[in-house]
Amino acid sequence: MTGPARPPAPVGGQQPANLGDILERVLDRGLVVVGDIRINLLDIELLTIKLRLLVASVDTARELGIDWWEHDRWLTSGQATERDDD
Amino acid sequence: MTDGRGVWLYAVTADGLDPHDLADEPGIGGAPIRTLAAAGLTCVTSPVDLREFGEDALRRKLNDPVQLEAIARSHHNVVAATARAVPAVPARLATVYHDAGRVAALLAQRRADFTAVLARVTGRTEWGVRAYATAQAAAPPPAAAENTGSGTAYLLNRRAELRAADSARRASAHSATVVHTALSRLAAAARSHPPQSTQLTGEADTMVLNGAYLVDDDKADQFAATVADLAAQHLTLRLHRTGPWPAYSFAAVTEPETPT
Repeated sequence: MTGPARPPAPVGGQQPANLGDILERVLDRGLVVVGDIRINLLDIELLTIKLRLLVASVDTARELGIDWWEHDRWLTSGQATERDDD
Repeated sequence: MTDGRGVWLYAVTADGLDPHDLADEPGIGGAPIRTLAAAGLTCVTSPVDLREFGEDALRRKLNDPVQLEAIARSHHNVVAATARAVPAVPARLATVYHDAGRVAALLAQRRADFTAVLARVTGRTEWGVRAYATAQAAAPPPAAAENTGSGTAYLLNRRAELRAADSARRASAHSATVVHTALSRLAAAARSHPPQSTQLTGEADTMVLNGAYLVDDDKADQFAATVADLAAQHLTLRLHRTGPWPAYSFAAVTEPETPT
């Protein structure tokens, strides 16, 4: 596969933080401080929240750019292989 | 959750944070930001009503996309404003205490840990670099159109497609490793986080690197230039630098036992 010559890939600079970047940082990173009544979100996997996002409201998910079921070949390639009939 | 009041923790900083630096940032639920000094450290907090932000209520809120975004952005904005002003250890979302006294006790008790993390992040900034496999890298080879009538040909084509996709995926993964290694050399510390799903990024291309780099501030320009160089060298990847970030990825008091 030799593609046509292309200019160097654009490099994103300092843009406003997108929601995905913020969510993974505030939910999945950052200091876990053991305290007296720390509300522990470790049992809520980030993935679960992502999935709940989809379940909660498709319209909202779309506004967040979450519409993977329509055109995400990589994510769905496992299933797509099994039912590749279109 | 005895009296319905709690203290939401955003970040821990060294002493010397000017509360005016945070005056413009509303806290969770619009509450005013308060700083609390103890044991030579400062906590950035705001009061929360536990009927609204206690465990059950918060769980419901976080499962609502609109409220999740509002809470996450609110928390992040305060953390970011803090980190712009002074070296800061970001707290994970939804770290809540009964009262300020317990936060002060925590500061005293864990002083050595916080001081160590603050020393690690002082004079440094977290930068994110994401790499996406470009459509060019992921494109399957053209199918042999004249053979599509045959079931065998279909299967052969399909197998070739899958093999090409697999090979493109491996090539992208290899390039991502090269990029991460090069950037890690410039950084005081580096993390390779799991790539975000396309549903979270909103990008059609697959993320193959989700790196975080703690970079000395006097090397920030060099780091940016290196990202640009690497982008020019790896045309099967699309690189995207994000930041400056508070040091979310480097806030762990104890390093994870197994490297990721």
